[in-house]
Amino acid sequence: MAQTQSGAEGMQSLPALLHRNATQFGDAPAYREKEFGIWQCWTWAEAAKEIRALALGFLEIGVARGDHIAVIGRNRPAHYWSMVAAQMVGAVPVPLYQDAVAEEMTYVMEHCGAKYVVCGDQEQVDKVIEIQENVHQIKHILYTDKRGMRKYDHSQMNALDDIKAEGSAGHARFDAELDKRIAELTYDDTCVMLYTSGTTGKPKGVVLSNRNVIESAKNSAEFDHLNRNEDILSYLPMAWVGDFIFSIGQAYWCGFCVNCPESADTMMTDLREIGPTYFFAPPRVFETQLTNVMIRMEDAGKLKQRMFHHFMAHAKRVGGLLLDGKPVGFGDKLIYALGNLLVYGPLKDTLGYGRFRVGYTAGEAIGPEIFDFYRSLGINLKQLYGQTEATVFITVQPDGEVRADTVGVPAPDVELKIDDSGEIHYRSPGVFVEYFNNPASTASTKDAEGWVATGDAGFIEESSGHLRIIDRAKDVGKMADGSMFAPKYVENKLKFFPDILEVVLFGNGKDRCVAFINIDLTAVGNWAERNNVAYASYQELAGHPRVLETIKSHVEEVNKSVAADEMLSGCQVHRFVVLHKELDADDGEMTRTRKVRRGFVEDKFHDIIAALYDGSKSVSTTTEVTYEDGRKGSISATLEIVDAPVVTVAQHKVAAE
Amino acid sequence: MLDNAEGYVTEDGRKIGGVVMEMKNITLRFGGVVAIKDISFDIREGEIRAIIGPNGAGKSSMLNVISGFYVPQEGEVWFHGAKRPQMRPFEVAQQGIARTFQNIALFEGMSVLDNVMTGRLGYMKTNIFQQALWKGKAESEEVENREAVEKMIDFLEIQHIRKTPVSRLPYGLKKRVELARALAAEPKLLLLDEPMAGMNVEEKEDMSRFILDVNDEFGTTIALIEHDMGVVMDLSDRVVVMDYGKKIGDGTPDEVRNNQEVIDAYLGVSHD
Repeated sequence: MAQTQSGAEGMQSLPALLHRNATQFGDAPAYREKEFGIWQCWTWAEAAKEIRALALGFLEIGVARGDHIAVIGRNRPAHYWSMVAAQMVGAVPVPLYQDAVAEEMTYVMEHCGAKYVVCGDQEQVDKVIEIQENVHQIKHILYTDKRGMRKYDHSQMNALDDIKAEGSAGHARFDAELDKRIAELTYDDTCVMLYTSGTTGKPKGVVLSNRNVIESAKNSAEFDHLNRNEDILSYLPMAWVGDFIFSIGQAYWCGFCVNCPESADTMMTDLREIGPTYFFAPPRVFETQLTNVMIRMEDAGKLKQRMFHHFMAHAKRVGGLLLDGKPVGFGDKLIYALGNLLVYGPLKDTLGYGRFRVGYTAGEAIGPEIFDFYRSLGINLKQLYGQTEATVFITVQPDGEVRADTVGVPAPDVELKIDDSGEIHYRSPGVFVEYFNNPASTASTKDAEGWVATGDAGFIEESSGHLRIIDRAKDVGKMADGSMFAPKYVENKLKFFPDILEVVLFGNGKDRCVAFINIDLTAVGNWAERNNVAYASYQELAGHPRVLETIKSHVEEVNKSVAADEMLSGCQVHRFVVLHKELDADDGEMTRTRKVRRGFVEDKFHDIIAALYDGSKSVSTTTEVTYEDGRKGSISATLEIVDAPVVTVAQHKVAAE
Repeated sequence: MLDNAEGYVTEDGRKIGGVVMEMKNITLRFGGVVAIKDISFDIREGEIRAIIGPNGAGKSSMLNVISGFYVPQEGEVWFHGAKRPQMRPFEVAQQGIARTFQNIALFEGMSVLDNVMTGRLGYMKTNIFQQALWKGKAESEEVENREAVEKMIDFLEIQHIRKTPVSRLPYGLKKRVELARALAAEPKLLLLDEPMAGMNVEEKEDMSRFILDVNDEFGTTIALIEHDMGVVMDLSDRVVVMDYGKKIGDGTPDEVRNNQEVIDAYLGVSHD
């Protein structure tokens, strides 16, 4: 880390990078947002002006150095600007998940002690006002969307636009102070604070310094040769570290354009209109898109269907090889080129991946079929492994070494080690400074030499040097007979079926495994429509005998493949139940990043688990649900428990996949 | 409260202006059937005025009289201080009155955007030939009107269905599109015929919020017919209650709620 003493090329903070971008290529687009049906554009020079005006406005309302400014809203330029403007005045931006209910937000707000809050709209303002009943430190609320706000008490509230205007008007008074504060920023000052959603316990505030963010952005940008001509679509939650690195860190380092969708519902249309060159999405997005393509192909004409299947079969054979730069016969290349003209090209265009140069999926394992589908089309989709504490990057897949079952090699400047228990540790310039106001957790996660425990179990494949993740270290357990219990392994295999959205496997310390399954309403609903299966609700569809039959066949298939793995053959699913409701973050069953909270689910549905083990044929249960506006209700159901056929390992081994 | 001819102030602090529309002794007959019997009431600027009543009370007929679609045999309609003559529908629209319908009346084959654009028809001055050539005035006019339409699309949060044909939309969204079309005309008086009919609780909540927002944001005067009493009482500033073509109550939601005649009409007391 020799070059970092003076910052990467003297650029020690985001405001410094902003200044560089605005002076060196001020006319290049920096932000786009679709509003009123048109993509509105701001160049770097214009963005710099807006951000400076906002920062002046912050000074006007009295933001002091070290104050925390919470930002709650969807991906909009104004919100990104607020974060950079906060840094300019020496404050710390804290983006929060906008879909969190007031109760969840109260803890975080109180913990970070935010005195100022930037809200996206009336909904968020209402939440903050509700929070203020318990948390009294908030001095000023700012909001972006003026709609419905006229009647509020504005003694401690302002529209963001208004303080921006006031800031510009009073610039003579604040210019000197602002310049002084910008000049004071150092490489080790806090850049941002992000709350980890936490699969267990309370969220923790991860403090990332300018060094963390800029070094990570620089290394990762060089790794993938990102330049200032990239276009990205910013649609993932702003409170998530990935969005901060892609939409702010890398965008400022490289100087590329950040595009914000019109609303969450229009994301797919906006994706197609922008055609990002660099893209990030959790596996779920790719799964949904593929499901939609398949559904639409079934409605297509005979000729189109035949063309699609013919060329997709060819792409499956050579597409991945071509992308990896491996040798492919001339004839195959020619057919692939024809396929590109007739099928792959138009399909990529429809999906919004016409200009896709490099993209990542992470957060969860992606199904090999899904992954290969995109790769075979010539879409350079790769996997990475990271976490908030590492400023995203731990391992990444280099071009040409992309596989579905690994997460790649250590990212530049990252050191990796696996301890005796199989847990992965890393050390890098991206390693977080500390957990805010939580030295005990900081000490238990990061040791004196800067090594951080990930909490994930994995191993490095000797042949390739790639890292493979098995599961969360704390989730890996032992069955009653001493064999290994790794739930994620089995769950992922099941989730690769389009019909199955979510799976939770239980069996730690028991003699056999049982599972909860959530159906995927899009896929199963479509199937029901095609097969004239009538249903009135999610619950009814989930309990339909024919749906259970289908799911049972999936489980049987997975059991066969699990049985083939010597280490994990004990994890076959003996009995399962298709849940009557989708696991939901609002009910606390998942984190905001949609990871299952295993312990919570186990407690909440203990009656169903008991029934799964005691051999009963069905179970009646009542479950509390939380609506989007925070009200609670309950649903009751009688769930049928299904016995799944298992493979007796000693008798015969099924050939590996 | 209404003694002041200049208007009044609502419970939530909104200032209601003078009388915009006044119905004076309206009687409407269809052959031998008397749909409306000698009804008088007024609508004031900036208020949300509801007309309620059991089935067949004559609410929709009343709304059609307000919109000028039905011409009453007796009585007068005063609009902005002048007696309104018999008018054709486009003349009503030109006066700044727009409406939605009980059984959605959208162009099913057209996209949401095109449907809402039709609400701007009154603002388009170019003729068919100019529009076909798409030159100069026609183009700038379209851009101007599209902007107004996009603001409504944004306001009612229907961006995601902008290009979807209306026939493919669920009922609740169609209702919202219809409201968007009415609003695109930038009406001074908006008439809503059962805006919540057939909606689930969530859709009703959304629609209520939009109605309040429209009133708050654009200062539009709104007259609505609604069956859902909860919604009516929450939304409106003043309520007219009709039963068998007669007016049996008029006042704030609280006054109406405690009116014995209204209670009888809703609980079903035998009529002589």
